[in-house]
Amino acid sequence: MSDDVIQFGPAPAPVLDIRGLQVATQSSPAKPILKGIDFAIAPGETLCLVGESGSGKSVTSLAVMGLLPKGSLKATGGRIELEGDSLLDVSPTRLRDLRASRMAMIFQEPMTALNPLMRVGEQIEEVLVMHQRGLSAKQRCDRVLEMLDQVQLPDIERVYASWPHQLSGGQRQRIMIAMALILEPKLLIADEPTTALDVTTQKQILKLIKQLQERHGTSVLFITHDMGVVADIADRVCVMRHGEVVETQPIDALLRRPTTDYTRQLLTAVPSLRPRASREVTDREIVLEAIELEKRYGQASRWARLAGKASAQTLAASDINFALTRGRTLGIVGESGSGKSTVARCVMRMIEPTGGGVRVMGKDIASLGRAALKPHRKRIQMVFQDPFRSLNPRLTIGTSLIEGPVNYGTSHEEALARAAELLELVGLPKDALGRYPHQFSGGQRQRIAIARALAMEPDVLVADEAVSALDVSVQAQVLGLLDDIQRRLGVAVLFITHDLSVAAQICDEVMVMQKGVVVEYGPASRVLGAPEHPYTRSLMLAAPGRHWDFSEFRPLDRVFEETPTSNSTTTVYP
Amino acid sequence: MSLTSPHASPGVTATIPSRRRLRWWPRQRPGWAVIVAAVCLALIVIVAILAPWLAPHDPLEMSPANRLKPPGEAYWLGSDAYGRDLLSRVLYGARVSLIVGIGSALISVVIGLPLGILAGFFRGLDTLIMRVMDGLMAIPSVLLAIAIVSLISANLWTVMAAITIPEIPRVVRLVRSVVLSAREEPYVEAAVSLGSNLFTVMWRHLMPNTLAPLIVMSTYICASAILTEAILSFLGAGIGTETPTWGNIMAEGRTYFLIKPSLIFWPGIMLSICILSINLLGDAARDRLDPRLQKRGATQ
Amino acid sequence: MFSYCLRRTLAAVPVMVVVALFVFLLLRLSPGDPAAIIAGDMATPEQLDRIRETLGLNQPIYLQFFNWGGELLRGDFGTSLMSNLPVTQLMAQRLEPTVSLALLSIVLSVVVAVPMGVIAAWKHGSLIDNVVMSVSVLGFSVPVFVIGYILIKIFAIDLGWLPVQGFKRVSEDGFGPFIRHAILPSLMLSTIYIALIARMTRASMLDVLGEDFVRTAHAKGASEKRVLFKHALRNAGVPILEVIGTGFALMITGVVVTESVFNIPGLGRLTVDAILARDYPVIQGLILVTSGVYVLINLAIDLSYALLDPRIRYQ
Repeated sequence: MSDDVIQFGPAPAPVLDIRGLQVATQSSPAKPILKGIDFAIAPGETLCLVGESGSGKSVTSLAVMGLLPKGSLKATGGRIELEGDSLLDVSPTRLRDLRASRMAMIFQEPMTALNPLMRVGEQIEEVLVMHQRGLSAKQRCDRVLEMLDQVQLPDIERVYASWPHQLSGGQRQRIMIAMALILEPKLLIADEPTTALDVTTQKQILKLIKQLQERHGTSVLFITHDMGVVADIADRVCVMRHGEVVETQPIDALLRRPTTDYTRQLLTAVPSLRPRASREVTDREIVLEAIELEKRYGQASRWARLAGKASAQTLAASDINFALTRGRTLGIVGESGSGKSTVARCVMRMIEPTGGGVRVMGKDIASLGRAALKPHRKRIQMVFQDPFRSLNPRLTIGTSLIEGPVNYGTSHEEALARAAELLELVGLPKDALGRYPHQFSGGQRQRIAIARALAMEPDVLVADEAVSALDVSVQAQVLGLLDDIQRRLGVAVLFITHDLSVAAQICDEVMVMQKGVVVEYGPASRVLGAPEHPYTRSLMLAAPGRHWDFSEFRPLDRVFEETPTSNSTTTVYP
Repeated sequence: MSLTSPHASPGVTATIPSRRRLRWWPRQRPGWAVIVAAVCLALIVIVAILAPWLAPHDPLEMSPANRLKPPGEAYWLGSDAYGRDLLSRVLYGARVSLIVGIGSALISVVIGLPLGILAGFFRGLDTLIMRVMDGLMAIPSVLLAIAIVSLISANLWTVMAAITIPEIPRVVRLVRSVVLSAREEPYVEAAVSLGSNLFTVMWRHLMPNTLAPLIVMSTYICASAILTEAILSFLGAGIGTETPTWGNIMAEGRTYFLIKPSLIFWPGIMLSICILSINLLGDAARDRLDPRLQKRGATQ
Repeated sequence: MFSYCLRRTLAAVPVMVVVALFVFLLLRLSPGDPAAIIAGDMATPEQLDRIRETLGLNQPIYLQFFNWGGELLRGDFGTSLMSNLPVTQLMAQRLEPTVSLALLSIVLSVVVAVPMGVIAAWKHGSLIDNVVMSVSVLGFSVPVFVIGYILIKIFAIDLGWLPVQGFKRVSEDGFGPFIRHAILPSLMLSTIYIALIARMTRASMLDVLGEDFVRTAHAKGASEKRVLFKHALRNAGVPILEVIGTGFALMITGVVVTESVFNIPGLGRLTVDAILARDYPVIQGLILVTSGVYVLINLAIDLSYALLDPRIRYQ
């Protein structure tokens, strides 16, 4: 967070200056992707390019680097100037020289951005080999080690000789940053660099970028869809939509006084960390209960035993206990590898629990056979993360919706009539029944998936990261729909998410998991308002944009802060 | 645009389908090579069907007085060592090739598809089926066919069986790999939680995924079966010369290659055009139905 | 890495057992008396008895399998019906021409096909790409013997540069005569292999060129050449190696046909002679040996992945 930069005298020449940039597809007829965008980045400044999918923010960054996919996208107009070099006009050789030395880029997916067959040290060193011919091998190696130290990797000699697959996602992103900054470029383009990372790692990476930026005076063009991240790091923000710049403002002004409807709408949809007001308990009937649920992976294999190795079992989840009452929402929150999805899948009996019980409406289903399970299957239904894969692309929406009820003996006509009603309930027109999934957007498909689950008239709906793949405005709509359905039908929801703000918006109770165990479980207002466990606290502190109440266009008046002296939870008023 | 993050990509405005439904008729005009291939193949099929009416002579009628005649009025392409009309024999030869090609493709799919689905779905069966398939794959197909034909006297059916058996593992492996990845799809898991029985899951949700790759694979099998049949005939392990096939016409022509190379070239050209057309159509089908198949297609 | 290699090696054993079982059952399960099938229609009862004796057909079937398997393990592949010589001895005599020819063809194919595929992928959609792909489809489609006869017609008959048929061994006649006689056969043998490898190299390179780390390399300012050879080709290597392994089956077919066309006294020629004489023990031995070689080659390729890919090495 920084205040508006107040400048005296003539503004310094911008590092990057984009004027009227146009990019179009190379198909015929050409479809415009960027429709003439303008912005500039001053030395040392962080400009955030924010927008939903399809806004053209990534295309902008690729156009700057000259990395637009050949044969499909092409810059058709405008100028991109990097310190006087007109990037759209320079020769390919000059462009190659500018990359890494004057402008560098880090990408979203650290797991695939590194060459798997090259040691990471060599990959960083390659930049020096290509751009600084004069250095000796020793000098190069020293320079790489120094850079590894700067990105705060532990045990740098070992890391130097590591293969990418031996490093975690966060470590790989640090390698990418080291590689990008080793020649001290004037401009760093970061395209969603933390989207694939857990929040705590995200926080560290953002902090690292900030530190290095200050140290080297780098300008940063930061592309993200996450308003929370924007609020934390941006100096200025450029909001994009459908290939156009909607609004450019200093961060504080944008968050407090957005000038366009679109920005206002975007901000309103951002969930804040403030937990929802607790709802009255109306029904005490327990619909879903987990008792000492446990899931181990990797049975001790014969090979392992032959080789005399200890059985390589991992506990994906252990000693999980919770009870979900009718009409309530229980959130399971955790980072990747916390076991939250394992619990969901055990509860659904998509995987076999290795211990403990799962009671649906009082009946233990944890060890039922296929046939005995069938009558209970319909009581508990699931909504999946990826809306593009959760519907069979070859079946009409109608066929998908009636599959379940027909399996349980409902007649075709009856099921179809019910399906039509359900579509209306989730806010889609009736004629959607005869159409195919590819004719719908991601948000619409998620509505259909919810309708499909509801067709079974379940007592419990398990939503596994059901809104994580959606744009923030669509996410808000789907969350609203879930809430609405719950109120109307009284279904209980088990809501799995990695996003604390989303959990805060929809959950009555929250269970926080870490490495397969529950670390904190209680009412959302307590767990998210005054967390007790250090892990929950660290998650809260790492949540991006936790100071802002975006939908109210002002900072939150109560923010959870870690006080350095006490162990107890405190809420401070800034 | 799908260039943004997967976390942010499917928005309300995103209308680009992630997976197109099978489109049976190409939207764009196919390339000229594909059109030529389709025409050639159609002509060969017509020739095979109409051979009795098109052929100027009985393909089996020997005429010792007219041995190894050059092309002329009576014998348009000349005659072979027994005085039989080369053109008639080549026209009739199309029949065996096409029957073997289409038959092998169909049979290997009919046998391979269920085996592949079972192997992909049930872990226990998987080990068993795939061990057998690995073993079958390890036996060079022509040698296996030779062994089968040398044990059971060669006729159209044994030759077809001998050619088909080595093709089955390829179908099984393909189907299995498709099923293995498809069963991870959330919509398959959804079907299970909707209470659908195993048969429904396999038939309605898994099997359709295998169709596009299978169509492509069966064209490659068809081409390779025609080729194998010709090789078997050429090596003397195929159908007897009383049924003319392109392979055995060439086999008989080998002795006279130095004096009359056309005995090898005419059937060779027909054979090449036939296989080339099928391969080109297969490639076109692959590009249309499933571009990711490029590698699998290449491992024929 | 050790456990990876061990697992791969052990996995080859059941494959060979299945092959042996299959070959064994093929004869026993084919309709009619196996002895009569082998001996042909004109066999006398004494001949049939002799065959039953040599194949042990009078014993229970599982004993037959174990006895037969035991003999195989001792290197006894039975006796040829045609020449009364041990099958192993027959094969040993014919080994050199086939192996030298096959090695020459593999080297030729890889040297020609990999650059073809790399260039096609690099210039994706260009004229060069189209030419490479057309050549590759042709290579698949034109039967090997047709290619062989075309080569003979042009280079041996019309131009008279090379011998029409025959073979000279490196070990006896030296390298010059060997290569003169081996050029046309190995060209013929290579065509389908070149088509296969070029196609796979192109497909695999195209895949890799779409990967994120290739984009990273471009973003670092790497030149096209560097991206292509230092980053992409090695990553495309596993599928290419794999197709070289599985394509070996095609090579065996090619060997049989090539040796027949060029009249080369190798294993392929032995196969053809055995078919014509219906010498089942020889055919059986040839199947077992070639399958064994196929399994070994693919095992070697599996093991070489460990060298190529650190993710396997550090498993």
